[in-house]
Amino acid sequence: MKQQLEQIRTAAMKALEQAASPEELEALRVQFLGKKGELTAVLKMMGGLSAEERPVMGQLANTVRAEIEQKLDASRNVLKAKLLEAKLRSETLDVTVPGTRIPQGHRHPMNLALDEVKDVFVGMGFDIVDGPEVELSDYNFTRLNTPEGHPARDHSDTFYVTEDDEVLLRTQTSPIQIRVMETQQPPIRMFAPGRVYRKDEVDATHSPMFHQMEGLVVDKGITMTDLKGCLEQMVKALYGPDAVVRFRPHHFPFTEPSCEVDVQCFECHGAGCRTCKGEGWIELLGAGMVHPKVLAGCGIDPEVYSGFAFGVGLERMAMRRFAISDMRLIFENDVRFLEQF
Amino acid sequence: MNLSRNWLKEFVQIEATDREFDEAMTLSGSKVELTTRLDAEISNVVVGRIEEMVRHENSDHMWVCQVNVGQPDLVQIVTGAQNQKVGDLVPVALHNSTLPGGVKITKGKLRGVLSNGMLCSIQELGLTRNDFPYAAEDGLWILQEDCSIGQDINEVIGNDDSVVEFEITNNRPDCFSVIGLAREVAATFEKPLKLHEPVVKGGGEGTLTDLLDVDVQAEDLCPRYTARMVRNVRIAPSPKWMRQRLRASGVRPINNIVDITNYVMLEYGQPMHAFDYRYVNGHIVVRRAVEGDTMRTLDGVDRPIKPGMLVIADAEKPVGLAGIMGGENSEIVDDTVDVVFESANFDGTSIRQTALALGMRTEASAKFEKGLDILNTLPAVNRACELVELLGAGEVVDGVIDVLNYVPEPVELPLEPEKINRLLGLNLPESEMVSYLNRLEIPVVNGMVQVPSWRPDLRCMADLAEEVGRLYGYNKMPTTMFQGSTTQGRLSQAEVLERKAGTACRGMGYDEIMTYSFGSPAMFDSLRLPADSPLRRTIRILNPLGEDRSVMRTTAIPSMLEVLSRNDSYHAQQVRLYELAKVYLPKDGQRLPEEPKMLLLGAYGGKMDFYALKGAVETVLQAVGAKEPEFAPVTDNPIFHPGRCASVSVDGIYLGLLGQIHPLTAANYDLDCDTYVAEINFSDIAKVLAPEAVYHPLPKYQAVTRDIAVVCEEPVTVAALEKCILSAGGQLLRKVSLFDVFRGGSVPAGKKSVAFSLELRADDRTLTDADSDGVVSNVLKKLSEELNAVLR
Repeated sequence: MKQQLEQIRTAAMKALEQAASPEELEALRVQFLGKKGELTAVLKMMGGLSAEERPVMGQLANTVRAEIEQKLDASRNVLKAKLLEAKLRSETLDVTVPGTRIPQGHRHPMNLALDEVKDVFVGMGFDIVDGPEVELSDYNFTRLNTPEGHPARDHSDTFYVTEDDEVLLRTQTSPIQIRVMETQQPPIRMFAPGRVYRKDEVDATHSPMFHQMEGLVVDKGITMTDLKGCLEQMVKALYGPDAVVRFRPHHFPFTEPSCEVDVQCFECHGAGCRTCKGEGWIELLGAGMVHPKVLAGCGIDPEVYSGFAFGVGLERMAMRRFAISDMRLIFENDVRFLEQF
Repeated sequence: MNLSRNWLKEFVQIEATDREFDEAMTLSGSKVELTTRLDAEISNVVVGRIEEMVRHENSDHMWVCQVNVGQPDLVQIVTGAQNQKVGDLVPVALHNSTLPGGVKITKGKLRGVLSNGMLCSIQELGLTRNDFPYAAEDGLWILQEDCSIGQDINEVIGNDDSVVEFEITNNRPDCFSVIGLAREVAATFEKPLKLHEPVVKGGGEGTLTDLLDVDVQAEDLCPRYTARMVRNVRIAPSPKWMRQRLRASGVRPINNIVDITNYVMLEYGQPMHAFDYRYVNGHIVVRRAVEGDTMRTLDGVDRPIKPGMLVIADAEKPVGLAGIMGGENSEIVDDTVDVVFESANFDGTSIRQTALALGMRTEASAKFEKGLDILNTLPAVNRACELVELLGAGEVVDGVIDVLNYVPEPVELPLEPEKINRLLGLNLPESEMVSYLNRLEIPVVNGMVQVPSWRPDLRCMADLAEEVGRLYGYNKMPTTMFQGSTTQGRLSQAEVLERKAGTACRGMGYDEIMTYSFGSPAMFDSLRLPADSPLRRTIRILNPLGEDRSVMRTTAIPSMLEVLSRNDSYHAQQVRLYELAKVYLPKDGQRLPEEPKMLLLGAYGGKMDFYALKGAVETVLQAVGAKEPEFAPVTDNPIFHPGRCASVSVDGIYLGLLGQIHPLTAANYDLDCDTYVAEINFSDIAKVLAPEAVYHPLPKYQAVTRDIAVVCEEPVTVAALEKCILSAGGQLLRKVSLFDVFRGGSVPAGKKSVAFSLELRADDRTLTDADSDGVVSNVLKKLSEELNAVLR
């Protein structure tokens, strides 16, 4: 009987090892462990054994059963894993097929550039403010030290809205300086981007409407070296820490001293090339110390306070940034253009 | 302003390459735009002597010349010119030479005979007979210059010079002159400035006051009028040195008298005019033009002068447009005998306005516009007379007529070193500041800065600080970061909302656009707006760049439709666009309009329909944190489809419109596909923001869902049904969701079946069937009573 049990064990182990499907496993279970199975048949013969042999054989039979059951489980798991593996293999996808995207819209390149600049100035403690585009000539010119009869006020340069020339489309964002200074006492740190209007026909580098960004700092003890520090910081934030800037004297009616700021040409590093028209430098912005008359006109005592102001053209900055060759593209809004950004 | 570096040498001696010069001048405040070498265009052209010339064997007009160019062998050159003879000196363009206009000369055969270059005319060297009056009109330039065989022709022409083009800012009219720039150069390079006091011998026949009287009637427009007279002038070409300097400065030489006026204008920055004495009859009147005055300027054009414009007249008629151009009736001509030199100071604004009105901005008017030094008229007229004598062009009458209506007070400013240092952020000693000012010929006496008459830009401490700063060097100044009170940088609330809205729009696939704020008044017709539409009340530009850009928009829908249309014409199949666009709304009693910002959405193509647009609007409102919007049908707006347009409002505040564009409106923009546009007043959104979120405990008890379907008349809106359900549902009803609208089948024509899902929940217990039944029956009762909507 012991021999029979051993044979069953060997046969079962071998058969289970080779079983290739769950159905086969089930058949083997029935064959060995079922009510009419081989092990059951052997156990039925237990009655004919001696009292000494019976517990020994019984134990052996149980061991064989347990081993077969264990093997059955193991085989079942192996088989399951194989089946899963096969199934997964059959489900293989071509992962290079494009994903299902939710189409995203695009920020206009001008605003991309503008957002960047705004964030730089917010970081330096500036408030972002806005002002009217249809503006009083008083704010746009007179209070910016640009008196009646000044060429900038000519009808050939400025769009007027009223016959008395008192209301116009602002030609610069600088009137926002006045609006802020007359309503707010120092310390003032403001940054005001916006649309401005000048009577230029549309071409690759001109537009009757374009954007400027105005900055103003007024406080006690503000110096020209502060102006340099602030603008250098801006240039480095926008063009990288290696950007080289230079400051050269210039003239604006509402700042004194005044300067223009150039950045060394990125293409030729100052040697002179087509991008910088041979100069080695690219003009970035105009700036200066707020004219004492302008401060006084806003009720800020120039003996106590000083300040600096600057104005940057957004179009040229954005066009350079994205290598846009023609200003008309900016306002044409061809989606093939917009979707590049 | 163009400056010849050779001319500059007369006033200041410096050693600097063109590049060094440009950089130093730019950094001290005189921005150099461009420097041109005059000899850049001509190379390998030399003086040659014709040693032999014979007829070309295959031509009846060409000559074969053997030319000595200073090399061991003669050079054979074929020419078609006829005015040369053996022994003549001519310009020879050798093999591999270049001429102005990018012309390259190489050797070649002309009708079978080798020619090793070209003999040149003045035109071929980029010159005219104004530059070398003796040269032949046609034919070779037979050189009468002091030159030697083999010499570079650039030296002979006077091209060994660089011309520097400066950008002169409005505050420095003094720099529109060679002397003014020389002063800046001397200050920049720390070299002495050599100025010259004109000396006039005089002695011309007669007494000036007998010969000429000047009557300045328009005193306000002519602060000073200075004049001198020259008799027995001999009109001739001016000498080569003068012609060269004029040519380098971009002025065409004409004759000695005219050239002298131009030369002095360049040198001193003081415009001069020369009248033929015969035609002014001894009287010069400076007055405003009156009705009936006419003027033909010396360029032969009749000018429509208007009363009030400043003219120079004789006793009867205008003979010149003051400060702009002389009259043809008093022009210097070949037989002019006596000349009056005018050196005057005119009001800049008046000159500018006249020049602008007549469309004739001249070199002289451009100078007057900026405002000139009133003290400069006398030295300038004396310099002109000195040059007349130097050139032997006539006899100067003694004396000067000088009408001075306004004597400027000398300007003195205290030098305040501490204030200047405080403004600049420097710590310079007073002596250094004084030395900078002195370098600019600005004396400082006992701490007082004596502002020269040519520096009207120096009027306060800050002006002096600029002079000190620029000569110290802006780039040498350290950079510091401003200290002082801390400020918190912020985006404005509007800006924060705009960024949120933009992000939401792009998340839905809408591209941002940027459009012009102005448009054509015809845009309102394109929108089919009635004549009395309030949107037609616009801010009008009085001097627009054409009708198409003459009104400030009151709605940005036309801008959006134009962009959609343009993209459609470029065959874009599916377009989604948004813009945050200002509009300009005039307000009664206000000088300035309101400028609210509108959010525009525009779309066509793909799976676009009304509900997609509405969903986009709802999504944006949710993204910015607005309260729940309400929509109501709008059936009478001519821009939109009458059955597919809604107004959107929040809390009773009207925000805008959305819908499908009316096909007739769309057709006005050449859009033949279904087009959808929304315009929302974005500036008002700040008024309808939901309060900041506060946590509510999560429900403890399960919700129950009950579905109902009711049949109602077609015009009853879903919104009305929803509102009715919510009002009848009581506290247990938490949410109503539409899930189906059905027409046809068993539903009678003219009616529709609308199905809602009701979510019911109590906070303190699980709802029983009886609770739910109660709510549903209340709802159904009210629907039936109020809207005649009955359970299906």
